Amino acid sequence: MLTLRFVLRNLARHPLRNALTVLGIAISIMAFGLLRTTVEAWYVGVSASAANRLVARNAISLVFPLPIAYAGKIRAVEGVTHLSWGNWFGAYYVDEKNFFANFTVDMRSYLDLYPEYVIPDDQKAALLRDRKGMAVGQRLARRFGWKPGDTVPLKGTIYPGDWNVVVRAIYTGRYPNTDETQAFFHWEYLNERMKVEQPARADRVGFYMIGVDRAENAARVAGDIDARFRNSLAETLTETEQAFQMGFISMSEAIIMAIRLVSGIVIVIIMAVAANTMAMSARERMGEFATLKALGFGGGYVALLVTGEAMALSLLGGAAGCALSVPVAWVIAHVLGDYFPVFLLSGETLALQGAAAAVVGLVAGAVPAWRARRVRIADVLGR
Amino acid sequence: MNRARESSVPPRSAEQGGTPDMDAAPGAASGTAPFLAQSRTASPPILLQSVSKAYRRGAQVVPVLTSVNMAVAPGEFLALMGPSGSGKSTLLNLIAGIDRVDAGSIHVGETDITTLDDADLARWRSRSVGFIFQFYNLIPVLNALENVELPLLLTPLSGRERRERARTALAMVGLSDRMDHYPGQLSGGQQQRTAIARALVADPDILVADEPTGDLDRVSAGEILDLMSGLNRTMGKTIIMVTHDPRAAERAGRVLLLEKGELADAHA
Ligand SMILES: Nc1ncnc2c1ncn2[C@@H]1O[C@H](COP(=O)(O)OP(=O)(O)O)[C@@H](O)[C@H]1O
Ligand SMILES: [Mg+2]
Repeated sequence: MLTLRFVLRNLARHPLRNALTVLGIAISIMAFGLLRTTVEAWYVGVSASAANRLVARNAISLVFPLPIAYAGKIRAVEGVTHLSWGNWFGAYYVDEKNFFANFTVDMRSYLDLYPEYVIPDDQKAALLRDRKGMAVGQRLARRFGWKPGDTVPLKGTIYPGDWNVVVRAIYTGRYPNTDETQAFFHWEYLNERMKVEQPARADRVGFYMIGVDRAENAARVAGDIDARFRNSLAETLTETEQAFQMGFISMSEAIIMAIRLVSGIVIVIIMAVAANTMAMSARERMGEFATLKALGFGGGYVALLVTGEAMALSLLGGAAGCALSVPVAWVIAHVLGDYFPVFLLSGETLALQGAAAAVVGLVAGAVPAWRARRVRIADVLGR
Repeated sequence: MNRARESSVPPRSAEQGGTPDMDAAPGAASGTAPFLAQSRTASPPILLQSVSKAYRRGAQVVPVLTSVNMAVAPGEFLALMGPSGSGKSTLLNLIAGIDRVDAGSIHVGETDITTLDDADLARWRSRSVGFIFQFYNLIPVLNALENVELPLLLTPLSGRERRERARTALAMVGLSDRMDHYPGQLSGGQQQRTAIARALVADPDILVADEPTGDLDRVSAGEILDLMSGLNRTMGKTIIMVTHDPRAAERAGRVLLLEKGELADAHA
């Protein structure tokens, strides 16, 4: 305990210098955590994917559709328990700037396949009843102030024209990482209008969503589906929902890499700063270390003092950084909610922040501790 | 070659002057400090044989000590004098085991400390040698009691026992009322007394002091010297003290002169 008091009081010896170092570590650890959370937010579609869901799409490209006639054949594949389908709709609301994710789906089967979209029973019934009915995530509803019963005039882009849909259901996410910023309405409604307005585009779907009995069977089922449509006019590419989501992210891989790199650099910089503080602190005290050694303390004890001080410094900063991250992440989630459907500081990120702080302490203390360990008594003490 | 010869400075007799600090401390000599009393007869003799030491300055080798022979009897109070740069501190450091000889041997009792490895030498120091430095070398962030307790971390004593002993040692140097003061809150003399308590607390046989009064005013210096000669007389501690203050040397039982790396009679 005397040793602990010794270490802690040394921290108080240069209050300003150490406070600034702790502040620097706190901010770096916070930045590290927030950058990591940003990357996680990017991957939210991937992490929210279920292992027993597959996506089948046109093998050539996502922009080419598949015939609705495939549904029966897919359903017949062994291991398929659920089947739904839909299209990316890509409409905007009032102004092109008001971008949000919207698509059409085969509603009943889609809701069966996505139990994480939680809808009150009465709203669900109303949604299924109304062919122009639309389900929206609660964050999206809050953003535009939509309530059940509101008619929403959507401007079509991929499917030109005015689409007056009616908000019938507002879903909430079952899990923290469930995306609550999406909207989807009936594929039937789209298809009916296509039959009239652009018959060539009728009876087409952008993707099939497939539920598999067991996650272990996913790969086999995907293979069976693709085999079934090989050499047909529209070949399919079936992959897990996770791989499908990953495909979107790979487009922004460079940005994500850059963010990862920056979060690493932040830690390296703060390591250098903390190491400098520790080097100064240790250099001032070489006489003290030599005295301790003269008294019979080993190099290990002296190194422990330095390492302990570096650890105390960085863990203090790390704790402050983690504590700061929570409210700041909350603010970001609310201010940038339009861009990040989910911005959540995960337990894993908090653990990594703590680990990063510990590594900063160890690295910062290493060289000064080594020097202190090797200090030669007679060289330092008064002659 | 060089042989240490006894000087003719008469040892101060016990009756002369007494030791105010020791007297001021309740139960200083023994009584409450049984752990400090046992060393009275146990101090080992110290014997240096053909000790040489040189420092390298760039490509140049600077000899500091050349084949020094010297003997210190158990319980002796020895003063080492000599001009600055003559190697007094070097010699003291070798005897105290914080520096290494180039050649020769240093026996303390049965042990030739020049043959010990670093870890064994550190262990030997913690048990056998108490250090008193010119600039006290107290730990500024620890209070007087904690400073004195520090060396006992190397013993198997419990925290309670350690503090008990540290209190006793501080009482012996007359600082019972300053235990929770930090070095910065103590005068030079009080700091040096704290350092002496720290040197004593593990009950070593030998005390080494490098210019212990060099940084003190005359009155404080006198008190420190009184304290040291009291420890020598009442507890039988062997003391080797480097000084160039004749008044300090006067307190020693014997004075050795070191000049150009060689020992000589103090009155040569
Ligand atoms: N660590 C060292 N490195 C190089 N030279 C040293 C070292 N320690 C002492 N010396 C040299 O050795 C000589 C004796 O030093 P020292 O024992 O401190 O003398 P004193 O204590 O008698 O003044 C001096 O010339 C000093 O410069
Ligand atoms: Mg000297």
